[in-house]
Amino acid sequence: MTPRILAPLAALAFAAAPALAQENDLTLAIQLEPPHLDPTSAAAGAIDSVLYANVFEGLTRFAADGSVEPALATEWEISEDGLTYTFTLRSGVTFHDGTDFTAEDVKFTLDRARAEDSTNAQKVLFEAIEEVNAVDPQTVEVRLSRPEGAFLSNLAWGDAVIVAEESIADIKQTPIGTGPFRFEQWVQGDRIELARFEEYWGEAPALEAATFRFIADPTAAFAAVMAGDVDAFAGFPAPENLPQFESDPRFTVITGSTEGETILAMNNAREPFDDPVVREAVAHAIDRQAIIDGAMYGIGTPIGTHFAPHNPDYVDLTELSAHDPEKARKLLQEAGLEEGLTVSLKLPPPSYARRGGEIVAAQLREVGITAEIQTLEWAQWLEEVFGNHDFDLTIVSHTEPMDINIYARDDYYFGYDSPAFDEIMTELDATAEPVARSELLKAAQEKIAEDYVNGYLFQLALPTVADARLEGLWENQPTQANPLAGVHWTE
Amino acid sequence: MTFRLLPGAVLTAIVVLAALISYVWTPGDVASVDIAAKLQSPSAAHWLGTDQLGRDILSMIMVGARTSIAVALVAVGIGMGVGVPLGLAAAALRDTWLDDVIMRGNDLVFAFPSLVIAILITAIAGPGALNAIIAIGIFNIPVFARLTRGAALSLWSRDFILAARMAGKGAPRISAEHILPNIANLLIVQGTIQFSLGILAEAGLSYVGLGAQPPVPSWGRMLAEAQTLVSIAPHVALMPGLAIVLTVLGLNLLGDGLRDVLDPRLRAVRT
Repeated sequence: MTPRILAPLAALAFAAAPALAQENDLTLAIQLEPPHLDPTSAAAGAIDSVLYANVFEGLTRFAADGSVEPALATEWEISEDGLTYTFTLRSGVTFHDGTDFTAEDVKFTLDRARAEDSTNAQKVLFEAIEEVNAVDPQTVEVRLSRPEGAFLSNLAWGDAVIVAEESIADIKQTPIGTGPFRFEQWVQGDRIELARFEEYWGEAPALEAATFRFIADPTAAFAAVMAGDVDAFAGFPAPENLPQFESDPRFTVITGSTEGETILAMNNAREPFDDPVVREAVAHAIDRQAIIDGAMYGIGTPIGTHFAPHNPDYVDLTELSAHDPEKARKLLQEAGLEEGLTVSLKLPPPSYARRGGEIVAAQLREVGITAEIQTLEWAQWLEEVFGNHDFDLTIVSHTEPMDINIYARDDYYFGYDSPAFDEIMTELDATAEPVARSELLKAAQEKIAEDYVNGYLFQLALPTVADARLEGLWENQPTQANPLAGVHWTE
Repeated sequence: MTFRLLPGAVLTAIVVLAALISYVWTPGDVASVDIAAKLQSPSAAHWLGTDQLGRDILSMIMVGARTSIAVALVAVGIGMGVGVPLGLAAAALRDTWLDDVIMRGNDLVFAFPSLVIAILITAIAGPGALNAIIAIGIFNIPVFARLTRGAALSLWSRDFILAARMAGKGAPRISAEHILPNIANLLIVQGTIQFSLGILAEAGLSYVGLGAQPPVPSWGRMLAEAQTLVSIAPHVALMPGLAIVLTVLGLNLLGDGLRDVLDPRLRAVRT
């Protein structure tokens, strides 16, 4: 009798085996491929999309709700004057190449990031650091030259993840971090494969392997998800197709918030946008809702300043730049430009920029501004617009969290220079008390809105289309990342 | 015979007429967007419906025809303007090394996949209608050069050319006064065909974003932008697609029809 019972059981087991194996890996598609794999030396958000919290970790990290929580540092003490941070490091952490994670790695990372010749894209995060001391293998002391209220959240950024001196030479091709997944291989133009890191210090991820695929074309994205070639698509590029996925029981559509303030950036440093009146005219020429409806098919929240609406300190300043073409024309007249003017509008590839750009150009034409559209690839955009500041107008989404301080930076691409704003930021850095910080953040939002630095369009929403059986993907994007440690399949 | 010529001529005339009319009148304004009216199906107000930005598709197609025709026309002009003299020269210099230099140079251009080179040119010089014209134009040169040389060569051995030479006319004069008029029909037929290929090439280039830049309407870009909308609003993709198909069909029929009409003698010359 026994063999008879066993035979069907064995058959069952065989049948179940491939199905189970399939449930242990995940193919997640994103639109953009990283240019290389070192998050500490490039502005490209795609690097963080793949590696943040998967391969690399920092001393602190952003949780799914945007709060800052301990990661490689288990706890920290801040001195009375706010100038000395003493971090206690997690013990028993190893890098994927087997080397131990120690205080020396932290010192190396921070010193490298803030060095003169550092290529870190967010060098300003580390500006306040005066000295980093490895007290003992488990303790790091960071001394600041000035109080920095946001220091712990600075350390949670993808640009502040801990790297090891031993593996730094090859980091751009072979990233080695401490995260729950180790880097397996990168097939350029197609995918990056990650595998579960068995010696991970934290809870082991449910997934054994994860593949990031890069699908830039919206039509191909639609086909890949529909056909089941990918299990999920984070940042689905064609919002017009979302209703179809929503009505299909095989998929769930998650529309999360992001830290992406989508702005019509104006070159404040050069004519004609060095004149606040002209900038105000542009702000009134723009109809945000039309851009959200036309470019994003309705997903996105209008913003009136450079701040995320889901943040408790957000001030709704959209009225300040309400759609009013009549007023815009009057302001242009006031600025002596009743003849109209011609400016360049340089657009990077994302659909919010390309489609939004056509709508913006049409709206500007209504008030007598001719915007000549130029479409650019990301590399060109980074060089021409972000690097050389060679533009009049551009549309881009700033996806870093709490990045209003970019308005205080010298020589930033949109060229805003206001001592009054800088002062607010300096004060903010020196303030730790929550109510006072909130007041300062609100003042900062109002200042840039009143100066009409840029045209504030909308907060980018991030639609993720996923297999309905998949759980644990980040709903919102407090930072650009797709942490997979908590992702698992259900039946 | 004429059963090809007539529909071809009619289709071509419609497209050319639509492009010309668009200079003075279009049903809607192609420059203004109206998001509230986006993706409407064809109706009395918008005969071919509206696109993803609420623009009238018929107007877009009419103005787009202008872009297509302008690009194709100038590109064929470049091809003829450079290719025909080159072909005539090569035929006149048929016994010298110059013939080889000219024709091998043409082979070199001809050997490259045209669209790839067009992409290269626009990648270097930046996307835009002008660069698309240049790219497509360059690829028309060897087509006309080869055709001209082949046809001219067979004429050079004819008695009337010999007579012209005896009369003391130089090669340039013979080429211009005797060869060119005799191959003109051939060039017109080929020009029509190249014209339709030029329209296809322009649509292809703007489809990949290398042709006319927004907001200038272009059939290829309309098609590209409508891709993700096929399942929601198929007419947005269908209309520019039909415009391209009918135009190219019309031009090909016209070219075939013209050849039939202008033929029998020339068919022998071609081979």
